[in-house]
Amino acid sequence: MSKANRPLSPHLQVYRLPMTAMMSITFRAMGVGLAIGFVFLASWLIGAGAGRDAFEGYHAFFTSWFGLLLLFGWTAAFYYHACNGIRHLVWDTGRGLTNEGAAKGNPIVLGAAVVLTILTWIIGLA
Amino acid sequence: MKMQSDLGRVRGLGSAKSGSSHWWTQRVTAAANLPLGIWFIVSILAGHTADYDAVQAWLGSYFHSTMMILMIVSVAVHFTHGLQVVIEDYVHNRKVEMISLMLIKAVAAFLSVAAIISVLRIVFAGA
Repeated sequence: MSKANRPLSPHLQVYRLPMTAMMSITFRAMGVGLAIGFVFLASWLIGAGAGRDAFEGYHAFFTSWFGLLLLFGWTAAFYYHACNGIRHLVWDTGRGLTNEGAAKGNPIVLGAAVVLTILTWIIGLA
Repeated sequence: MKMQSDLGRVRGLGSAKSGSSHWWTQRVTAAANLPLGIWFIVSILAGHTADYDAVQAWLGSYFHSTMMILMIVSVAVHFTHGLQVVIEDYVHNRKVEMISLMLIKAVAAFLSVAAIISVLRIVFAGA
């Protein structure tokens, strides 16, 4: 089969991704971010098991401005990934698995993730 | 329309010889991660991670140490399955792909076991 005669798929550098596609790739990216978060969680647990001195080092890191920024990022990533993940579980049952259904769900997932992230940090900092 | 031969349908495992187990495991661990993740966030908000002594008391309890170990296992299985798909999608060099897949699983297994041992250490230190 000749490659030259095939239709071209939209080129990522010139094609503006629709909202549903943005939500989809963000879902995956947040998942990768959360996997990196697991490395930090496991290290923190290892520190907690190793003793007070080891733990204090991790604690100082996570309560620094950079540590808190990471924790905020992981909070947002968790809620986004969880909310969109619930949507995927609904899609797996066949419900809402249309262009319109996806478009309708986009603001709900995004809104829920933003609200839950902000709510968690308001409670956490209070 | 039937897309499978009768023999293929009876064996039900497809070309990868694992059927839908990868897909299904990712869904089951996703569902498990929801209550486990909420438990983790609520624990942090409740101050269980505020300092060293709080963490020792928290993970020293049967319930919380059980939840933490379950979360480690469920999350590790979920993200190794997820990262596997990401690698399979974007890494086109077969050798690099294989090595990446094995590395991801090795790192996840090492960190998970080390983290679980740490939790158990806290449990038994308090016992």
